[in-house]
Amino acid sequence: MLAGILTDTIRGLIGDQAIYFALAAIGLNIHFGYTGLLNFGQAVFMAAGAYGLSMTVVTFGGSFWVGLFVGAFVFPVILALVLGIPTLRLRADYLAMVTIATAEIFRLIARTPGLDKWTGSSDGLSGFARDFYDLSPFEPRQRYLFNLFQGNQMWVFVVGWITVGLMLLLTYLLINSPWGRVLKAIREDEDAARSLGKNAFTYKMQALILGGVIGAIGGMIRAIGTQSAQPDNFITDVTFFAWVAVILGGAGTIFGPVIGSMMLWCVLAFADTAMRQGVSSGALPDWLLTGTQVGQVRFMLVGSLLIFLAWRRPQGIFGNKEEMALDDR
Amino acid sequence: MTADTDVLAGVSPTPGSKKPDPILIATGVSRSFGGLKAVDVEHVEIQRGLITALIGPNGAGKTTFFNLLTNFDEPDSGDRTFEGKSLNGVAAYKVANLGMVRTFQLTKALSKMTVLENMKLGATGQKGESMFRAIFPFLWRDQDNEIESAADSLLARFKMDHMREEFAGTLSGGQRKLLEMARALMVKPKMVMLDEPMAGVNPALKQSLLDHIKGLKADGMTVLFVEHDMDMVQEISDWVIVMAEGRIIAEGPPKSISENEAVVSAYLGSHHDAPLDFGDDE
Repeated sequence: MLAGILTDTIRGLIGDQAIYFALAAIGLNIHFGYTGLLNFGQAVFMAAGAYGLSMTVVTFGGSFWVGLFVGAFVFPVILALVLGIPTLRLRADYLAMVTIATAEIFRLIARTPGLDKWTGSSDGLSGFARDFYDLSPFEPRQRYLFNLFQGNQMWVFVVGWITVGLMLLLTYLLINSPWGRVLKAIREDEDAARSLGKNAFTYKMQALILGGVIGAIGGMIRAIGTQSAQPDNFITDVTFFAWVAVILGGAGTIFGPVIGSMMLWCVLAFADTAMRQGVSSGALPDWLLTGTQVGQVRFMLVGSLLIFLAWRRPQGIFGNKEEMALDDR
Repeated sequence: MTADTDVLAGVSPTPGSKKPDPILIATGVSRSFGGLKAVDVEHVEIQRGLITALIGPNGAGKTTFFNLLTNFDEPDSGDRTFEGKSLNGVAAYKVANLGMVRTFQLTKALSKMTVLENMKLGATGQKGESMFRAIFPFLWRDQDNEIESAADSLLARFKMDHMREEFAGTLSGGQRKLLEMARALMVKPKMVMLDEPMAGVNPALKQSLLDHIKGLKADGMTVLFVEHDMDMVQEISDWVIVMAEGRIIAEGPPKSISENEAVVSAYLGSHHDAPLDFGDDE
């Protein structure tokens, strides 16, 4: 029983969900943590990646590799331009409103039965990832890494974490450059940046595109991992999981979003398995908790963790308390 | 100072007077907010290489006019030229790149960046500020090092070198004013626009700020500043422009301004017959 809890917890810590949300959170961290953009629609960037790939392959019969390019660049860049051009000249809250609405609009359009032959409506699209799994060096029926993952999962695991590593490296290089300095200046005070000759609009647009592309890559890996792109994989909750990851780990830190995502899914997996085992073994009596309640209760536990963190460590795990305190002055 | 004001000796002390070598010219600039005409300036010229003060009672439209001159706000009508180039429709960030840099009434120190980062931000034409070059540090590292040593020498001049690694948010109000001015100099401007440089600065720092502003002139820069503090205006300015109710009502050398009837009535009401003593202003 304990072994089951342990493996599930570790799978939560380093498994597929942690990867997708780490990427979404890295992107969101560039938006919010470094540039101060309030993007409440990271789910739509993830969806852009998933649908960019799957529609290219399934709907239009293109190759997987073209699909990767469309999912990682074409769809999210167009999306960022559409979202950014009307809103980035305005106050930060306008972007927030537009992104949260766009995410829902996209999902509802993708669900529309009339668009079935393009988007697959509510069933979504599948069968686009064969070329990816063909390259896998792992045996699909074998289990790897102390029996944690099957072959195909293991392949997603390896490619996923390499991608996370590359995106962290990219973020690190960019943020520690003069470009990153301008982003931080815009986060602190846009007018000051403009008074010093920086074109704030262009930088905000670049940041929106970059964070969106990284989120889209996360969505694409999610589509590959689950071998399907479904509209309801990109509900508003997805955006807020990414936000939780950023805030848990520490906004405006390089590793924060990744560690935040790992912690989030680790706590969720632990709470889920531990409670289910408790219910089925009778350790948790029926009047206290039933099996069907577990799914909700685990989110309550994550919520409590967040409240605890906001109280004891508002800057997140990696954040700098001294830096955080400057807000109060 | 007398040597400098000689340049303007022949200039008539009337609103909108022509200067021998103007760096900044505004003509017919107006800006309304709803029914209120906040700025309505017929003509004004700012002489190159001097310190010009823009004063006026509260609500005179000084800061609005200032924003219009620096393109942080668009006028309803009117033309502005800086060094002979039109500023009409030019984005605010481009104005800085033309060589005119401003500070703000409410200081904009970038709190969560260090003093040094604040300074380095000010340098223009940085290669590493392009997103694609930023990824390759070897393309911009040398330039960044040069910028850092320029920043360090400016910090030393402003006696802030001991706090280069501190977050700007930990500085006092006066230190932030100093930092903002030093940061503006990183742009290597031809003209510096200071919006109330003395607001909220303690008397001990005031003197050093004054010296720094004089230093800007000594280095060949043109300075235009908005100010309430009349002692400061008398001490460092070569020329004073007075605004009231959105218009320029007087211009002239600082000594003559406090005796100007239009200025006295703008500050104190029209039935005041004693010469203006600005001692209790602020």
